[in-house]
Amino acid sequence: MSSNTAYEKVKIARSNKRPTAVDYIDHLLTDFIELHGDRRFSDDGAIVGGIARLNGRPITVVGIEKGRNTKERMQHSFGSPNPEGYRKALRLMKQAEKFHRPLLCLVDTSGAYCGIGAEERGQGQAIAENLMEMMTLKVPVISIVIGEGGSGGALALCVADRVWMLENAIYSVISPEGCASILWKDSAKAAEAAENLKLTAQDSLSNGLIEKVIPEETLGEETFYESLKNQLISEYEILAGLELPDLLEQRYQRFRRIGCFETIDE
Amino acid sequence: MATFLKFLFHSRNELETGGRSSLPVQEDASEPEKVCPNCHLSIPLSRLWANDNTCTCGFHFRMSALQRIAFIADEDTFSEMFSDVSTRDPIQFPGYQKKLEMTRISSKEDEAVICGTVRIGGVECCIFVMEQYFMMGSMGTAVGERITRTFEYASEHKLPVVGFTVSGGARMQEGLFSLMQMAKTSGAVKRHSDLGLFYLVVLTDPTTGGVTASFAMEGDVILAEPGATVGFAGARVIEQTTRKTLPRGFQTAEFLLDHGFVDAIAPRNIQKNMIAELLKLHTTGEEDEQ
Repeated sequence: MSSNTAYEKVKIARSNKRPTAVDYIDHLLTDFIELHGDRRFSDDGAIVGGIARLNGRPITVVGIEKGRNTKERMQHSFGSPNPEGYRKALRLMKQAEKFHRPLLCLVDTSGAYCGIGAEERGQGQAIAENLMEMMTLKVPVISIVIGEGGSGGALALCVADRVWMLENAIYSVISPEGCASILWKDSAKAAEAAENLKLTAQDSLSNGLIEKVIPEETLGEETFYESLKNQLISEYEILAGLELPDLLEQRYQRFRRIGCFETIDE
Repeated sequence: MATFLKFLFHSRNELETGGRSSLPVQEDASEPEKVCPNCHLSIPLSRLWANDNTCTCGFHFRMSALQRIAFIADEDTFSEMFSDVSTRDPIQFPGYQKKLEMTRISSKEDEAVICGTVRIGGVECCIFVMEQYFMMGSMGTAVGERITRTFEYASEHKLPVVGFTVSGGARMQEGLFSLMQMAKTSGAVKRHSDLGLFYLVVLTDPTTGGVTASFAMEGDVILAEPGATVGFAGARVIEQTTRKTLPRGFQTAEFLLDHGFVDAIAPRNIQKNMIAELLKLHTTGEEDEQ
């Protein structure tokens, strides 16, 4: 595995040279039909979702899209979803549940959109609802953090049976800059914060918070997608083999056991 | 009520009132008077407490978790649970152990939430009350675990849950472990909800970040205290990123009411009755007889 420092990985994870969600959709899936809108307010470009096929079988895919150039980045709100984005994602998830399609989430965001409108339309409520609903969604769910996994805005698509991360992806409770500026009143100490936050894929794996790290040696090449696609196919097969109550119980326990606390016997 | 309405008209957002730090802190019990940040009157502490920590102008001062429990619980009915659950510094964050020790001494609490069982207006329920004086009510693994256990206990014993939130969000010193508590608690709330059980949450000043984006917004009924700051992103951060002046009253409880994210504002003079009535409306007839 690479020997980059945590903050170097933060920079790699944020690089605009990385494949974005639509690249994964194009290469992993076939027959993608994009579906728009949350049916409540608008269509948030930060979330790209729809129905496609994985190895010939229907699947619902929901991704956070950053865009590949300046124009696209504007269209996709730089990959920071508004509440309507999370509600659009939830609508597609519920649709997947209704038609018994597995769900694939592709996560790449610096965080949920930070703005006046986002607060007016209930950013907190939108994320909270996704957390609740995903926990009992009656289909197999795999989430892959392909770049940045920024806080609650990323978690809103990560209540899954399996969470995987790319080798240079990050997943964090707060941006290293935010952490440094709150704790040390100095955002220049971001590198130190990045190290301390244990936000790399390797940290997440060794802390037992994710199931797999996807190597990046051939990132963006056909072999990379081919290998990832095969891993997805076999993992969905394993999940499809579980009885529904077992699937949901295992998903609940996946999060239930996370906690590093002790109880003192009195 | 007229003075209370006057206060509502003057509700301000966090930045307009000068930010969180300017709000009076309730730690020093020997201090004889508090100045109300809304009407600038000095109020003797004894009168403030007799008035449920509110000023005559309607301003609601913050309450500690223990004050809150004394305020809401039927006398001698509170029994604490899960107080033995404490954090173990999961990512060995520099300085965190020390900060925890200092906070335990200064706040006289061991974590940022107190959980247990209680009767409110005669109705038995589970309760969790977050503690602002413990690292601004931030949610780490111990807070997440205590709240999750509270919902699981309530599910097992078919009890409603009443929660009081106050939080700066997820506790960054516990890294991704604290973020995961949002999913963990939400899962426990969902299971409780799917059993047809009632969850009432009261948002108090301030409720922000990861707590807003999880169990604070998952109540069947969501009440909020007058003037409380409630939001996801911090007001200052939003102002800095958008370079826009925030609308008047942005992220106050009344702002959330206007935008449809809160069921009702619950001023303290009627709050206990509101909660008790709502609990009674969600119990079966036989429990009412008790």
